[in-house]
Amino acid sequence: MSAEPRSLARRLFEPASIDSQAPVARVVTYVLLFLWTLVVVIPLYWVFITSFKGPGEVDNGPFYLPFVDFAPSLQAWDFMLVQNYTLRPYMNSVVVAVASTLLAVLIGSLAAYALVRIRFQVKLAAVAIFLILLTAIIVAVATFGVRWEIAIVVAAALFVIALFTLLGRTKLAVGNSDIEFWIISNRIMPPIVAVLPIYVMFQQMRLLDTQVALIATYTAINLPIVVWLTRDFFAGIPLDLEESAQIDGASKFRVFFTIALPLVRSGLVATFLLVLILAWNEYLLALFLSNADAQTMPVLVSAQNTTRGPQWWNMSVLITVMIAPVIIISSILQKHIARGLLVGAVKG
Amino acid sequence: MTATDTMPDAADRRSWAEWLDGHSGRIMVLPAVIVLLCFAIFPLIISAYLALSRFALAPGGFTLKFIGLLNFRKLLVGSQQYHLLGKFGTFGFVQFALLALIAAGLFFLLARYLLRGRPTVVGTVGRLLATAMAMGLAVLALAPMAPGGVPGTVVNTLLYVFVGVSVQFALGLGLALLCGQPIRGRNFFRVLFFIPLMVTPVGIAYTFRMLADMQKGPFAPLVRAFGISEWSWATEAWSARLMVLVGDTWQWTPFMFIVLLAAIENQPRDQVEAARLDGANGFQIFRDITWPAIAPIAATVVLIRLIEAFKIIDLPNVLTGGGPGLATESMTLHSFISWRTQDLGGSAAIGYMLLFISTIVCVSFFNFVVRPARRFEA
Repeated sequence: MSAEPRSLARRLFEPASIDSQAPVARVVTYVLLFLWTLVVVIPLYWVFITSFKGPGEVDNGPFYLPFVDFAPSLQAWDFMLVQNYTLRPYMNSVVVAVASTLLAVLIGSLAAYALVRIRFQVKLAAVAIFLILLTAIIVAVATFGVRWEIAIVVAAALFVIALFTLLGRTKLAVGNSDIEFWIISNRIMPPIVAVLPIYVMFQQMRLLDTQVALIATYTAINLPIVVWLTRDFFAGIPLDLEESAQIDGASKFRVFFTIALPLVRSGLVATFLLVLILAWNEYLLALFLSNADAQTMPVLVSAQNTTRGPQWWNMSVLITVMIAPVIIISSILQKHIARGLLVGAVKG
Repeated sequence: MTATDTMPDAADRRSWAEWLDGHSGRIMVLPAVIVLLCFAIFPLIISAYLALSRFALAPGGFTLKFIGLLNFRKLLVGSQQYHLLGKFGTFGFVQFALLALIAAGLFFLLARYLLRGRPTVVGTVGRLLATAMAMGLAVLALAPMAPGGVPGTVVNTLLYVFVGVSVQFALGLGLALLCGQPIRGRNFFRVLFFIPLMVTPVGIAYTFRMLADMQKGPFAPLVRAFGISEWSWATEAWSARLMVLVGDTWQWTPFMFIVLLAAIENQPRDQVEAARLDGANGFQIFRDITWPAIAPIAATVVLIRLIEAFKIIDLPNVLTGGGPGLATESMTLHSFISWRTQDLGGSAAIGYMLLFISTIVCVSFFNFVVRPARRFEA
């Protein structure tokens, strides 16, 4: 404390100590944060209270406070959840999101771990031959009407022959960082480019409008994110633990499941949540791949735009039940998410 | 696998386990590669084929006829040009001046690279490609904005991507800096500000339709006071676009905020305190300590957002249905609408053009912004 008395202006504009703010700055900070709080809360609040309104309360002008200027009713909730059987799309969403996230995290973290710990050398020639043969299969099936089973068998045979004749003649190879980059760069691809062939593929397999189709597709589109995030978690853990386990004779798989995975637990939680949210909210692919049996919540919500005009009260119920669980889960696990994203962004 | 005690079986098992361990790397990566081959590479090749052919329904199925680049021609210079690229206006002085300015800037960057650094072949080709792309996009964006022009879906998408991401970044950074101050309740704000990111975009679209309803929305009394309740944002191109941007910003600002806040919390505390003791003001601290510390992370979050922003469809589809006219239609929505009208070739062609634009923009951003930002840190 200095003995010299400070003038009013100095007291208002200068901080009292080194890790605090000047009073004026503090007021401005809180006012701005409060304004953004309003921006975040008002839409959510409006959806929430609209779900307790009926057609009358919505049409006769804005009412803001339940019990004060309108009488809340559970009519819309009853209509959407009990009479209209929203449970089915809801369960579809839960099953698809959880299953695809589990699969993506499992497959993705396995690949990320291998890419961090094991050196890869894939012959460029082999990759090129593979892609050429794949294109050849597609052209053969699409234009010349060759049966796809036959095309695949022939191509596989050609691939093996080409591989044996070329092996050892070329040195050009792709390494770990190339494979990683390829996996991650798949995320750049807009889903609209891939969705038509995926649609046809599932149609041929008679899997259209099933949960399996959605789970498989979501796993694929979220895989790059899992690899991209988890590779940094694995790169961050010290080698000695794994090495000593390997000297004791544990296999790579065992090391992965019993040592590496538990060490990156909190990163995995972040990854899991992020991917879960992405899968839970996914709209475009669900629109293509499901229509009745496997319909998910985003599609159901968007389909509420009926000919009688949107029925805000019913829609609000759907939106509320869709966002409530994710908000609760991620609010609890918030710290993990921020940290996980940070690790990913630092090393990318 | 369960263990058995019989000797031959155990030996058998050991060799099997050895084989497994020897190939563990490949086995670990294989599932990921197979999944991506099935759902990314394979569909991409088929889409390329679709983009080059005409699809027609025929009795008992469909026919595909190879037509070369006709789909692309139709979209770029033919009957669908107004839809994808928009209607070009006449260039006035302002447009030429802007274009010249952009060209000069790009030329300056290119010249600096060629003269100052040690130019490599790959670096030069990449930069030429990026420059050409930037110039092309600038022309495409300016031409429909000129008097008499109407923007098409490419311009709309670029608007959502560049304006949207910039606004989200600015807001997210501002909020993160505010929250990074020594304030009470930081965790409360962190949790609360994060919520919009989790709301499904379809839900956001309906929510903002409700909020922006001029007669029944929460702001209706305000609107009535201004005497504009007869006006509707949905009937005018720019107000509709603004609405989509508002919804998108509401959802994605939290993403920027949360990562940047974590980065700000990680900045070197001792340096900040030393600077404070030396009497540095807030702006100086931000410029000399905070910004260098968070720049690589900032560049990376913007990159992630860029990648995702190109894919926008849910908001415009539900909020405005792409209208009025095609004022808010994004390229993904355009492709989707083409698919619904059985124009599969056109749909795939639009998808491919989107892939082309977004890949070049994202890769350029990675090479020319993210990489230097990281090197700057190290």
